[in-house]
Amino acid sequence: MISPRYAREIPQRYQLVAARCTSCGTIGFPPRRVCKHCRGRQFEPTKLDSDGKILTFTIIRVGADRFSKQTPYAVAVIELNDGTRLTAQVTDCELESLEIGQKVRLVFRKIQEDGKAGILCYGYKAICV
Amino acid sequence: MVGIVGYGAYLPRYRIKAETIARQWGADAEAIKRGLQLTEKTVPGQDEDTITISVEAARGAIQRAQIDPQEIGAVYIGSESHPYAVKPSGTVLIDALGIGPHVHVATNEFACKAGSEAMYVAYSHVKSGEMKYALGIGADTSQGAPGDALEYSASAGGAAFIMGTERVAAEILFTHSYTSDTPDFWRREGEFYPRHAGRFTGDPAYFKHIVGAGQALLEKSKLAPKDFTHAVFHMPNGKFPQEAGRRLGFTKQQLEFGWIVPLMGNTYSGSSPTGLAAILDVANPGDLIFMVSFGSGAGSDGFVYRVTEEIKAIKDRAPKVRSMLDNGKIYLDYGQYTKHRHKIKLNE
Ligand SMILES: [Zn+2]
Repeated sequence: MISPRYAREIPQRYQLVAARCTSCGTIGFPPRRVCKHCRGRQFEPTKLDSDGKILTFTIIRVGADRFSKQTPYAVAVIELNDGTRLTAQVTDCELESLEIGQKVRLVFRKIQEDGKAGILCYGYKAICV
Repeated sequence: MVGIVGYGAYLPRYRIKAETIARQWGADAEAIKRGLQLTEKTVPGQDEDTITISVEAARGAIQRAQIDPQEIGAVYIGSESHPYAVKPSGTVLIDALGIGPHVHVATNEFACKAGSEAMYVAYSHVKSGEMKYALGIGADTSQGAPGDALEYSASAGGAAFIMGTERVAAEILFTHSYTSDTPDFWRREGEFYPRHAGRFTGDPAYFKHIVGAGQALLEKSKLAPKDFTHAVFHMPNGKFPQEAGRRLGFTKQQLEFGWIVPLMGNTYSGSSPTGLAAILDVANPGDLIFMVSFGSGAGSDGFVYRVTEEIKAIKDRAPKVRSMLDNGKIYLDYGQYTKHRHKIKLNE
């Protein structure tokens, strides 16, 4: 990942900063330029709850290049307590015991490395609670 | 009053047992466990490093202190395993926790003493009146060369302390540092594993500095070992801190709660700070705590803390060290461990 894009996405990746539409209140995550509900273009930042539950998940056994050393690993669609949905890797878990409805919390982890010499990319992953 | 207003610790869930390492190298597991007084150690997840450990520990410290992160004026992270050679770990941490950008950030390095060093600098800034709060962290994901005695101990974890002047939970009464040029343990630039001078790491290094700082601290404070409820020393293995305590005049009972090394291993810069966090988890108002760190090269930082009424309010606001040591463990075999610790050469 190149530095400018990484730096731009830091608020959402590190602190779950979402965009709340100022006219209808819909929360966009990741933040968008246009509200998906009312097409509004004015937003205010809001931090998402870091607790939620697994809506569905899959086990990745053949990973993309940068994730190939981590296989097998789980990726889940998570619904946070405030209703926002996002996709995240589930870490520190026994894959056999994962199930839909499992309560999770988002924590700060290293997501990928840009090769051996490039930048380290951090962000959120889910752990079971 | 200046001291700790919030603290937090973090230990990864992964573990490897001393037996598992001994079996790999044909060593006598029972002799090693007896000699080093170590049962198992923490291992970082593949997505964990000094930065992520520091973030989780500092999150706990902020939860306990219940302060606005924007009021933190300085962040220091002490470690010998910063993920970047050039780019301070604290730059990532402040953006993860909503601190700054109006904040002073720096990296501390002094083998296993870097964490207490970060705490000392943070404390001094607050004491001088330069800022309202300062955050000092000790964290590491240390490596021992395969088959080396260090492999049984080098582990991962850390603790974070917010220093302040209001609602202090553990007042810092006295500090003392003791430093000399002692080549007991080192890692040259570009080398992957550290080197050590075997038995020279004992008396001329660890004990000389811990006892040197400890005795000076007792003299300065006009306190005797019996005045303290708890004591914690740097824990490179199970045996050394017990012996250091004995030489200074502390009993086994005084060391009990901070002596977490048999199940944690040596978390280097995180070692005595995490021991201190484990003590604060169980401490009562009025308790005096004696702490001396040690970093090879070599030096020791000593602190005398007095626990206040505030400890009762903040203890339960974040995860405790004991619960992280005892719960949710995932044991690794030696093969999985080498993968976690990047000990295998891979194609790019
Ligand atoms: Zn809208």
